[in-house]
Amino acid sequence: MKLEGSVIFEKLSREDSTSLQPIVSVKGLTKVFGQDPGKALVLHRSGCSKQEIHEETGETLALNNVSFEVMPGEIFVLMGLSGSGKSTLLRCINRLIEPTEGEILIDGEDVVGMSQKELRATRRRRLGMIFQNFALLPHRTVLDNVVFGLEVLGIPEAERCQKGEEVLRMVGLDGYGASMPSHLSGGMKQRVGLARALTSDPDILLMDEAFSALDPLIRRDMQDELLEIQQRLCKTIIFVTHDLDEALKLGDRIALMKDGVIVQIGTPEEILTNPENAYVERFVADVDLTRVLSASDVMRRPEPVAQCTAGPRVALHLMEEHDIAGIFVVTRQRLLRGRVTLDDAAGAVREGTSMKDILITDLPVVAPDATLSDIISLITKSPYPVAVVDDTGRLRGVISRGAILAALARKGEDAHAVA
Amino acid sequence: MQLPKLPVGEAVEMLVDGIEEYFGWLLDGASEGLRYLVGGFEDILLSVPAPALILLASALVWFVTRRDIRLAGLTALGLLLIWNLELWDLAMLTLALVSISTMLALAISIPVGIAAAGSEPLNAALRPALDLMQTMPSFVYLIPAVIFFGLGSVPGIIATVVFAMPPALRLTNLGIRQVPRELIEVADAFGTTPRQKLFKVQLPVALPTIMAGVNQCIMLALSMTVIASMIGAAGLGYQVLVGIQRVDIGMGFEAGLAIVIIAIILDRITQNLVPQHENR
Repeated sequence: MKLEGSVIFEKLSREDSTSLQPIVSVKGLTKVFGQDPGKALVLHRSGCSKQEIHEETGETLALNNVSFEVMPGEIFVLMGLSGSGKSTLLRCINRLIEPTEGEILIDGEDVVGMSQKELRATRRRRLGMIFQNFALLPHRTVLDNVVFGLEVLGIPEAERCQKGEEVLRMVGLDGYGASMPSHLSGGMKQRVGLARALTSDPDILLMDEAFSALDPLIRRDMQDELLEIQQRLCKTIIFVTHDLDEALKLGDRIALMKDGVIVQIGTPEEILTNPENAYVERFVADVDLTRVLSASDVMRRPEPVAQCTAGPRVALHLMEEHDIAGIFVVTRQRLLRGRVTLDDAAGAVREGTSMKDILITDLPVVAPDATLSDIISLITKSPYPVAVVDDTGRLRGVISRGAILAALARKGEDAHAVA
Repeated sequence: MQLPKLPVGEAVEMLVDGIEEYFGWLLDGASEGLRYLVGGFEDILLSVPAPALILLASALVWFVTRRDIRLAGLTALGLLLIWNLELWDLAMLTLALVSISTMLALAISIPVGIAAAGSEPLNAALRPALDLMQTMPSFVYLIPAVIFFGLGSVPGIIATVVFAMPPALRLTNLGIRQVPRELIEVADAFGTTPRQKLFKVQLPVALPTIMAGVNQCIMLALSMTVIASMIGAAGLGYQVLVGIQRVDIGMGFEAGLAIVIIAIILDRITQNLVPQHENR
């Protein structure tokens, strides 16, 4: 507990020491989508709501007088439901969307007032962006995608390839440079997206729902990796997500958005323990409960598994090698067939019986979206770990008692540390 | 009471006469240049012995189809048939005409298509013009083509260009508009100039669609050969025309078959020129 406290203290002091100079500072940013933003702005100033403005003029008030500051080296999370304006806000920072009103300062320079030429220089040197659906250029190899930014900068080919290979190594894609993006898995594609943004060495990364399109397990790996990379390179990251767990895990500070307004800005602890109003409270209400965490959040990879075509000897060998007391048996398509224990397998080898005789088929099984509370009641009734099986019958993960305790302990600490 | 007939026909006649009178020198120059171009290209094709060219064409098909030996073999057989039917020289002339027409059509339609993708007013202005070019019976613009350029291959090329241009223009326009928004955002977010965005993102991503347009352009150019022969464009088309006039079914069919063979070979080459990349 003491340790936990000191970590937070360090985090606070780091922010304090740099708080004099925000790297990104957004002041009074407003964005109206429509033909005649002026009219909507007038209505807005006279105190009309988003709904009223839309009924009156047909214009959409996407961002409403938003202000915040991001410190160097900070991971700042913009969180909200879809339609809350978080992606619009992110795109205003590099002016993929033109703000209607307000200021965006990057190291004191106003992005909104920049000429096209200055804007291009800022985008090239200072801002990297990572997209939800990866947005890799389909006609280019992985390496050519990664060096896109350097190519735009006019860096000679030999130099940019060297740098590209270096960054590919960093994101764990060594040797994939010549592959085409269409041949990669989702997780690998987003590694390429991350590498592409890192190659031109910008100090600010804009990440738009960067991990939302990935499988839960891959997503967690990517989050860990991002944290590691951030620690090593000390980038400033503005991260958009709709996922509270992701926000809590990654964010040094979180801005919770609703209807184009920032409802609350604070550290994860502040948001959890001091919700500013009923909306935030509702948003974070379930966070510590077993009801929000689902099977896919706490499951581990079911490794190793035994093929049902293999004999007891293979299963026994696998269990001994990995020092485990039981193993799942699956078909080649990873359809779950049952479970074999170490003792049974050893007995079968001695007596020469087959896999089928020792297969336990009466297993606790849940869907990936089953809540933790369901799983707990199952796991207490069974001596075996719970198998997570998707609706096609494929084995997706495994949940042990330890995994549930660990997940709950992690959540508990967050809340405890502040209280 | 009857409304007087609007003088649409007279106005067009006056326009054509005016162009002829004031821009005649320019048209003559262009005509001379085109004739030279076609003649030169034809001479080059005919200077290579037929067997060598057949071998070369088969090798090209084999290469662009990524070693489809069957298609390469059929290419060789088809061309040998043309040679055997003693239509080789005419086929080369037709190929020269079609090539020059296609290149001219693409030289206009691709840049204009790119411009139309970026400009709504231009796009709106082009749409009726393209409709007109595609649906107006091609015989109608054979007449002004003859007035401006006289009889022969040149007016045939001009009529062919007018007829073959629209699909290439439309598909270029469409291909660039269909580039996913996220990829445009990538280009912008990485600070590309408009030129870099066009050449590094928009054109390469749109290339498969643009190539479909190029393919259509070639096919339409080939389909114009018979019509163009009515105003004196020589080649296989003229052979078909003579066949029709003399009710010589055999002669017409042989020349028609040769056109089909050339069409299929050009189609397979252009369709395989660019590998289809899966999006995302």
